Amino acid sequence: MVSNMIEIRDLSVSVEGKRILNDVNLHIGRGETIVLFGPNGSGKTSLLKTIMGIPQYTVESGCIIFRGEEITKRSIDERARLGIGIVFQNPPAVRGVRLKDMLRICMEKSGSFKEERVSKSAEKLNFADFLDRDINLGFSGGEIKRSELLQLLAQNPEFIMFDEPDSGVDLVNINLVGKVINELIEKDKREDKRTKGGLIITHAGYILDYVNVDRAYVMLNGTVSCSGNPGDILEDIRAKGYEECVRCRM
Amino acid sequence: MSNVTAKEKAKNVKEKAKNAERKPAAIGPDIDLAAYSVQAKEHEEIQRLTGLTDEVKERAVSVGIDAEETCRAGSFFQMDHSVILSSAYQSGLEVMSTTEALKKYEWLSNYWWKAVQVDADKYTAQAELQQHHGYFLRALPGARAEFPLQACLFMTREGLAQNVHNVIIAEEGSELHIITGCTTAQHVRTGLHVGVSEFYVKKNAKVTFTMIHNWAEDVAVRPRTGTIVEEGGVFMSNYICMRPVKTLQMYPAAYCVGENATVRYNTVLFAPEGSNMDVGSRVFLRAKGSRAEVVARAITKGGAIVTRGSLIGEAPGIKAHLECRGLILSERGSILAIPELDGRVSGVDMSHEAAVGKIAEEEIEYLMARGLTSDEATAAIVRGFLDVEIKGLPEHLKEEIKKAVELGEKEERLL
Repeated sequence: MVSNMIEIRDLSVSVEGKRILNDVNLHIGRGETIVLFGPNGSGKTSLLKTIMGIPQYTVESGCIIFRGEEITKRSIDERARLGIGIVFQNPPAVRGVRLKDMLRICMEKSGSFKEERVSKSAEKLNFADFLDRDINLGFSGGEIKRSELLQLLAQNPEFIMFDEPDSGVDLVNINLVGKVINELIEKDKREDKRTKGGLIITHAGYILDYVNVDRAYVMLNGTVSCSGNPGDILEDIRAKGYEECVRCRM
Repeated sequence: MSNVTAKEKAKNVKEKAKNAERKPAAIGPDIDLAAYSVQAKEHEEIQRLTGLTDEVKERAVSVGIDAEETCRAGSFFQMDHSVILSSAYQSGLEVMSTTEALKKYEWLSNYWWKAVQVDADKYTAQAELQQHHGYFLRALPGARAEFPLQACLFMTREGLAQNVHNVIIAEEGSELHIITGCTTAQHVRTGLHVGVSEFYVKKNAKVTFTMIHNWAEDVAVRPRTGTIVEEGGVFMSNYICMRPVKTLQMYPAAYCVGENATVRYNTVLFAPEGSNMDVGSRVFLRAKGSRAEVVARAITKGGAIVTRGSLIGEAPGIKAHLECRGLILSERGSILAIPELDGRVSGVDMSHEAAVGKIAEEEIEYLMARGLTSDEATAAIVRGFLDVEIKGLPEHLKEEIKKAVELGEKEERLL
């Protein structure tokens, strides 16, 4: 039995008074990575942002437990320092803050700053030319993904959430993105050596051709409706659509 | 040119100035000139800047002056109304007071009040009628300054009016880097600084001019600057004011009169509570192919800032861009951005972007998700906001700008 990395219990969330998540329950163990399917607007990104602690997402009831500690009321940066990381789908551009400065800050925060690590990671993502650029300013969709993954490599969190890592990425780069995700969630290590956890959101499921996940959940209308084998569920969704998939598994 | 003509010119200029003695400036609060004294005791000359007292040195260093003069091509230091040092350390460069230069070079009258109008307002008039030196910097044809020339205008007397008139000439094919620091002694609270500066950038010459101001809470400042850029010439001006000032108003103008002349203005302003800053830059693009870029960053933490920019396109094939960003970091404080594009012929290409607001929450949250506290995230964004990318400036001048901004951040508890 794997010990829990993160556990979400009966979580209900609203934004500006409007309920967007209802009684969400899910858990991810150490060394485990799960995938969360769901149509647009079903609440997948809201769940990630709530786990990260973005203040607009008000927790109405329920709780989030990270490595045995309740973090529901913790600030974003406290959660980041506890070991939670996120690859945003649409991060803002931060004018004047260069990517390399950001990587240095990420490494310093995780106590692992080494000048050569910055360039090494950038080369891994074929992104060295972007180190002197302002973060995300004028980046294409694929470049944003690489910038995000690079920051996560520098930050090196225990539990990582990926919001649509395959959207806007071309076929050449998706292979690279998959490789780095595998490294981040330690899929490149033996199963019993893995300690990290991952949560991947995907709408289209392309990333699953590159990353093996342990379990799948389906989110519909703000709640997690079912879980199961990732391959089977994806096949059902592709064949019958979300509504039908959820109905048949209930 | 005969002597008589130079004298006549001087007489005409004086008359014009007299007529404008009471003429208020087109913009900015009116200042009662009678409230300030023009009397100051003479200060003794020094041989090197290392001869300055520690107190003076500290203030001078805060505005980018290198007291050791190791990386400087020359120095000019004016204390109140006394020029206490003027020397050039590289051949091909000239450093002296304008008073001395007017005596030495009769032809200087051809440059005197040609880039700035003597009767523009009562401040220019006062600079003519009660001039207290100012610096004359010149690069001879083809001379290229290895290091920057530095000039410091320093006020030590409480309530003093310091009226300087500077002339900078970069002869054909020359290159000149200048850093000017203007400041007061620690004990000075009030004063008036009027600084007229006329720049002449000849054919294919390049001038970078970096000016750092560090005034006191009750000092009024009225710089009046004009720059004429000839064919293929480049003029880059950087202005940094991160410290309190009672009222600062300036709207320097550059005139691209030769083909492919290039002008770039960078301005960084921080206005704490009680400060009033009205600062802009104007570029008249008068010749084919001329280029201009005007960039301003303004932050208020209680003070009032007006940030202006004006591009006047008078020739086809010119290209110019104006960018102004303002951050309001406190409940009080205001920023008024006034960008103007004035196209007067077809075939001009001018654009602007302006944004005034607070730091976007989303950006702070983004950095927090990487582990930065809210304060650290805000500091990183503010620091990045003030970090204007300046291409073509020598590395140590970039350093001085960075230092001046960081000092302001620290002393004013901006971050």
